[in-house]
Amino acid sequence: MAEVKLEEMNHMQFDVLREIGNIGAGNATTALSQMLSSKIDMKVPKIDLLEFKELGELIGGAENIVVGILLTLQDDIDGMMMFLVEKKAAKSMVKLLMGGFCSGSEDDDDFSEMELSAMQEIGNIIAGAYLSSLSALTNMKITSSVPYMAIDMAGAILSVPAIEFGKISDKALLIETEFGDVGEEVNGYFILIPTLESYGQILTSLGL
Amino acid sequence: MATMIKVGMADLNVCLPPDSITTLGLGSCVGIVLYDPAKKISGMAHVMLPDSARIRNNENVAKFADTGIQELLNRVLKLGASRAALVAKIAGGAQMFAFNSDNEMLKVGLRNVEAVKRKLASLRIPVVAEDTGLNYGRTIEFYPETGKLLVKSVGKPIKTL
Repeated sequence: MAEVKLEEMNHMQFDVLREIGNIGAGNATTALSQMLSSKIDMKVPKIDLLEFKELGELIGGAENIVVGILLTLQDDIDGMMMFLVEKKAAKSMVKLLMGGFCSGSEDDDDFSEMELSAMQEIGNIIAGAYLSSLSALTNMKITSSVPYMAIDMAGAILSVPAIEFGKISDKALLIETEFGDVGEEVNGYFILIPTLESYGQILTSLGL
Repeated sequence: MATMIKVGMADLNVCLPPDSITTLGLGSCVGIVLYDPAKKISGMAHVMLPDSARIRNNENVAKFADTGIQELLNRVLKLGASRAALVAKIAGGAQMFAFNSDNEMLKVGLRNVEAVKRKLASLRIPVVAEDTGLNYGRTIEFYPETGKLLVKSVGKPIKTL
């Protein structure tokens, strides 16, 4: 099995992970686009190896309020998958999805029950699209938990994947994908966090 | 001019008046303040995981409750804090996702708090105040001049410990 050290990954391994991010996020963006029936474009994914200190500064600073949707993964790939959007962006996604049936007012700071469950469903569908393409690509079986959602400070939400990375490294590997529709920029991040063993298995399954 | 010293994730630092020390957005991580009330010498750590012995990659001592608290203790003692006078205040250790679930992977906040308390007890440093657990993030600020620890959370009033 391929031995992986995040700090010492070679170009080839890096490119493969980027490609996984590309395919996964591409499928997720398509699913999102269909769901919201609006044109959503995706930018080329960036792969970042970040120190934990820098991690909190992602998405507008550690205290910026974001929506995080998290699924735990089992079977051939163990780990977590997370989807993060700024609260404002989440709000406009929910509005797009629900059309005129949005119960909360525009400047309402909180999400209604209905909006929360719509947001959870968005998370479910895009995470599902991401994972099924990853599964098809690697020929590995991936089972995910139900999506868990939290709305809180970015630092607090990112601490959950950071802790998982903390078990294997002093850095976190992020596959960041920005996407947006024509009018409004919707900035989102997909983060895939396999365990170290699963990294090796993913790379092995792809012949590396 | 008083400045506010920032402690990142898996990081620690020390602080003297008139400065203050802060760490932003604690989730399942735990923030630990060690403080000598008489000499007003303080330090803060932001630890992520309970136990360095169970993790292979453990070069960053500030990442773990056991080694992080030890290092923080060394740093405040080096500044002249009196070992016997030291007290601790702790915050964080939330379960950010699926609060009611039994998923072990998501319960690390609870394990972090337990590990922090175990380490402090073994060093005979009393925990004089804490705001831990539950399911929300916290930003903490410590002022060695007054010994007050402020805890800020989204949509909740500021707590003073």
